[in-house]
Amino acid sequence: MISTSLRRLLPLALALGALTSPAAHAGKTIDAIKQRGSVQCGVSSGVAGFSLPDSQGHWSGLDVDVCRAIAAAVLGDANKVAFVPLNSQQRFSALQSGEVDLLARNTSWTLTRDASLGLSFTGVTYYDGQGFLVPKKLKVTSAKQLKNAEICVQSGTTNEKNLADYFRNLNIKVKPVVFEGFEASFKAFFAGRCQAYTTDISGLAGIRNKEAPKPDDYVILPEVISKEPLSPAVRRGDDEWFAIVRWVPFALIEAEEYGITRANVDSLRASSKDPGIQRLLGTGEDSGKLLGLDRDWAYRAIKAGGNYGEIFSRNVGPDSVLKLPRGLNNLWNKGGILYAPPIR
Amino acid sequence: MDSPHAPAGAKLRKALRQWIPQILLLAAALGLLWWLGHNVLENMRARGIQAGFGFLKEPAGFEIGESLLDYTPSQAIWRAFLVGLLNTIRVALPAIVLATILGTLIGLGRLSQQSGLRAACGVLVESLRNIPLLLQLLLCYFVLTSLLPEASTAWHPLPGVMLSQSGLFLPAWRCEGACHWELPRLEGFGIEGGFALTPEYLAVLITLTLYAAVFIAEIVRGGIQSVSIGKINAARALGMKPTQILRYIVLPLALRAIVPALTNQYLNLTKNSSLAVAVGYPDIVSVANTSLNQSGRAFECIVIVMLIYLCLSLLTALLMNLYNTRVALKGSQ
Repeated sequence: MISTSLRRLLPLALALGALTSPAAHAGKTIDAIKQRGSVQCGVSSGVAGFSLPDSQGHWSGLDVDVCRAIAAAVLGDANKVAFVPLNSQQRFSALQSGEVDLLARNTSWTLTRDASLGLSFTGVTYYDGQGFLVPKKLKVTSAKQLKNAEICVQSGTTNEKNLADYFRNLNIKVKPVVFEGFEASFKAFFAGRCQAYTTDISGLAGIRNKEAPKPDDYVILPEVISKEPLSPAVRRGDDEWFAIVRWVPFALIEAEEYGITRANVDSLRASSKDPGIQRLLGTGEDSGKLLGLDRDWAYRAIKAGGNYGEIFSRNVGPDSVLKLPRGLNNLWNKGGILYAPPIR
Repeated sequence: MDSPHAPAGAKLRKALRQWIPQILLLAAALGLLWWLGHNVLENMRARGIQAGFGFLKEPAGFEIGESLLDYTPSQAIWRAFLVGLLNTIRVALPAIVLATILGTLIGLGRLSQQSGLRAACGVLVESLRNIPLLLQLLLCYFVLTSLLPEASTAWHPLPGVMLSQSGLFLPAWRCEGACHWELPRLEGFGIEGGFALTPEYLAVLITLTLYAAVFIAEIVRGGIQSVSIGKINAARALGMKPTQILRYIVLPLALRAIVPALTNQYLNLTKNSSLAVAVGYPDIVSVANTSLNQSGRAFECIVIVMLIYLCLSLLTALLMNLYNTRVALKGSQ
């Protein structure tokens, strides 16, 4: 109860922070991080595959690994991250007020958010889309059959708006049942309160495989009703920090393209003659200096959790409970749309 | 006491002593408000966050599950707020009425001559008022949704009444051209027509009612016990019957003790209805949360919700105070 009421009050507390704190001074997030000795990373309070603490409080997930890679690049230690769990309503206020240095919280990059909230998205780390989960026994094969259905959805997401848009366009009436908490929303669905559950497809796979009483009784419908490019975000006005948060994930994607993995990164660093690999791993030109980092920044980021492909398969791909296909999140030369600008 | 013959200088000094601190306090309060407001706007501007209440005129873009008004996502955000406000009132007002009736009965039950009834009411009061409301709400909601059948196999306890996980559906009196009773019916995956009370609404209504009722029961009990036995004995000596004693002696005296405390409970109940968001009832907080996220205007949305609750509470307090002056003993302080 106490933690719930405190959690409900956080946006207010953050807003009050804006009331009383003196005008923010822009820039120099990196100095604050170095002085503090850790990166404050805003994550979700528990979405399987993206950021989820285990019973020992150890966080794992794709967003978590991005934060760790950034901490490794900046501070030299992937464990120097303080994870700050935020709910959907709190996340932007927490970033705006300086509570966190970056937001890696399965957050969709949209124009409204990018242009009006005083923050900047750094680059897509996961291409998602919104879909529907339904019980198999309803024998529904398409979202277009959901006439008059009640649909459980979590509040404070882009999902509510997409849901309204999609069914308005089809001229089908549905009733949303909007829950504040993620837990309450899928529990109500599995109790049978709603005929369908909607969120991003990665989230659907998570609750189907981890939370459903019997995963095989539920099926994800084929329709993908929206584009949800999930991206980290930083406060606007600090270009140096923005560049670091943008380029660390690029380095992880580039590493996959070059075939650099967590296992072979040391041997490649010692022996590779490929100028691209040498540049990335700091044995060629010093790419780190331009970012305000040292020359081994990308080496440490890759060493921390592997390249993008390794992070993907460990958290959301074949080696995880979600078992999601690479799909759009494959490299551009392997059928996906991941394309990192060259590191040179 | 102020002497009418005090010299004019002393009067002036006394007026100054009275007024200067008050004026300074008011100035300080206004100054603080101005400083906070100015600082917010300044900080938001410096961080590149757009501010202002203009977003209320933008289309809302999201659907709301239940509404007393005609509402579509293409309507403005302020209308969505209005829908949320009406939903809050729609659950708080009946809960206040029901909690008052139920609370009075439980309170009388605790004073009953029958020990069984007294004990049952005591257990009810002690268990409900000592468990956090949020837990009761979640429990009530998940019990409701897991006990009830799915919409396709809804129960028909009475003709024209359907009870399922989609809610309680009653026949509704509809007038479009000709008036008729509209019965709920199964259509698609849900139930259409009639008058619907969703499980979310029922869970919030039941929990708020019970939670407030047990507090009201204690207030009623305390109020009645505060009437001195001497007055009751005097009424008996005058030959009044027990019902007359209750009607003319006990209740008028007890109400004086009850009404101010009751006002508190009504205020609490209305504010507690903000927990409705936990079980998916689209009250004002739920709508504000959604608007906050779609528009990113955290500060503005929270201010609006705070003002709405403030107005609801002040209105409740005003009405209760009017009632309180009516039941207070005339001429006494």
